[in-house]
Amino acid sequence: MTALRNDAARLGAEGVTVGYADRVVLDNLDVTIPTGVITTVIGPNGCGKSTLLRTLSRLLKPRQGTVLLDGHDIARLKTKDVAKRMGLLPQTPIAPEGLTVADLVARGRHPHQSWVRQWSSDDADVVAKALHMTGVADLAHRPVDSLSGGQRQRVWISMTLAQGTDLLLLDEPTTYLDLAHAIDVIDLVDDLHEGGCTIVMVLHDLNLAVRYSDNLIVMKSGSIVAQGHPSEVITSELLLDTFGLQAKVIDDPVSERPLIVPIGRTHVAVTKS
Amino acid sequence: MSTQMHPGVRVGNWSWVWRPRIVLVTTILAALTFLVFCVSISVGDFTIDLPSVIRTIFGQGERVDEFVIMDLRMPRALVGLIVGAALGISGALTQSIARNPLASPDVLGITGGASATAVFLVTATGGAVVTGTIGLPAAALTGGLLTGLLVYFLAWRRGIDGFRLILIGVAVSAVMQALTTWLLVLADIRDVARAQAWLVGSLDSRSWGEVWTTLWVTVALIAVVLVTAFQLQPMHFGDDVAAGLGVRYSAVRAVLLLCAVLLAGVAVSAAGPVPFVALVAPQITMRLLRTPVPPLIASGLFGALLLIGSDLIARPVLPNDLPVGIVTAIIGGPFLVYLLVRANLKRAA
Repeated sequence: MTALRNDAARLGAEGVTVGYADRVVLDNLDVTIPTGVITTVIGPNGCGKSTLLRTLSRLLKPRQGTVLLDGHDIARLKTKDVAKRMGLLPQTPIAPEGLTVADLVARGRHPHQSWVRQWSSDDADVVAKALHMTGVADLAHRPVDSLSGGQRQRVWISMTLAQGTDLLLLDEPTTYLDLAHAIDVIDLVDDLHEGGCTIVMVLHDLNLAVRYSDNLIVMKSGSIVAQGHPSEVITSELLLDTFGLQAKVIDDPVSERPLIVPIGRTHVAVTKS
Repeated sequence: MSTQMHPGVRVGNWSWVWRPRIVLVTTILAALTFLVFCVSISVGDFTIDLPSVIRTIFGQGERVDEFVIMDLRMPRALVGLIVGAALGISGALTQSIARNPLASPDVLGITGGASATAVFLVTATGGAVVTGTIGLPAAALTGGLLTGLLVYFLAWRRGIDGFRLILIGVAVSAVMQALTTWLLVLADIRDVARAQAWLVGSLDSRSWGEVWTTLWVTVALIAVVLVTAFQLQPMHFGDDVAAGLGVRYSAVRAVLLLCAVLLAGVAVSAAGPVPFVALVAPQITMRLLRTPVPPLIASGLFGALLLIGSDLIARPVLPNDLPVGIVTAIIGGPFLVYLLVRANLKRAA
């Protein structure tokens, strides 16, 4: 492998400008994803956080600038080689009705397979391991459409794991899940991080992002306004500036992280301080 | 840990997933298709017994049988086989790509475009071009291909969306049908009769010349499809997942859609717009094999079985040489409804 341009970082973007038709979504943006930690992109709706993730994962081609994966310009890598280095879970994956969990997760081996090599013993081992790690091994023969939302999301994460990479990009993995299932899925993501994975994800829920991320990227109108550890980044000023949200930031009684307590117009008993 | 995983078939570095049910049902379908193919050859103005038919097909038959079988009956049966397989595979491809069971070549306007072109040729030349000459099949194929491309480009908007593809296909189909009707209204009554006979789809009076062209084109297309189809598997999960798994989905989709359009075009040009086979064969096969997506090879086999089976019924059982297209709809429709209802009952139980 050639020398890495961003020291230890495996993934990053240099001066990327991305847009749809006549609208520019990301304007000349630089970003580096630290290796071995959970990085979460947050920001108000329409700030370009999903666009950033889609650009980093090569789903979108930047008009200008480059995305670097392991020191290579991602646009010049073969699609298959990108898939061997980076796992991706997009927002709305489709599971055909009746498809079993084992079959879905087995598809994660696709980048390693060919027409004559469709199911090697390596494939079987890696898929069994991925099913096991995500706690869905007991569901292997169930149809995906018969599972709960949380289980289904575990299955999709299992598929990206079966790709055999330790760099995972997850686009809103907790959307549509109730809080208990969201915690369950994001605990799984944390387990993967403990196991050595580098994770980049987009989250809507700020408190989940603060609790679980080592590195936050805060975006507004297509630019990055802050980046760093949640304890350093999250302040009531930032929340007001970026999200237009009045909130108190207090110490989380459960973890050693900040906790965001939103202040709405009603049900506010204490005066703002 | 690997007990719950699929067993594999492994020879050296080559490996495939072993799925007993799929292999078993596909084999049964192949055997049934061959049987019906032989029966279809054995019946006619006089019956030749099955063993003689099979011997003759493998080159061990008697002189008399050989003439009747190889020269008279074989072309018709073979065209039925090829056309059915082409329609079945074409339908499985369009349904997979659009991720919608409605997306068959009939619905996407390919068949309609082929028909309109063929009818235009028959009526415009005053009947100089008739069924059987190379002009008509070539025109139908070109018409089908152009209509298919038109629908594809009209439906393209930052990628292909299944619903949009179907809606545009339905619209273009309607235009083509109107065009066909208009041409028929304007045309001379004798040309209309000729065109009508072709329009319902029929396997009547096939010659070896047509068989060879159809056969080689179809075999070549199916080969391309089977090699490319490996890349189709992740595409059932949506474009983003497919891209994440290393599939260049735009290229794969373009190649497979082109193959689907050409397969349907070849089928229509050989036997007329036989309705329903492309729609129903993949859906029935999916339920027989219990696969979540339309299986390609088995859909082709079932399409062939449905078409030659229908032709077999259309010829001796029913009077007046009923065209095969009518029978495929009469048999295929209720069978699909039966499978759907049975699945509903099972779920309710």
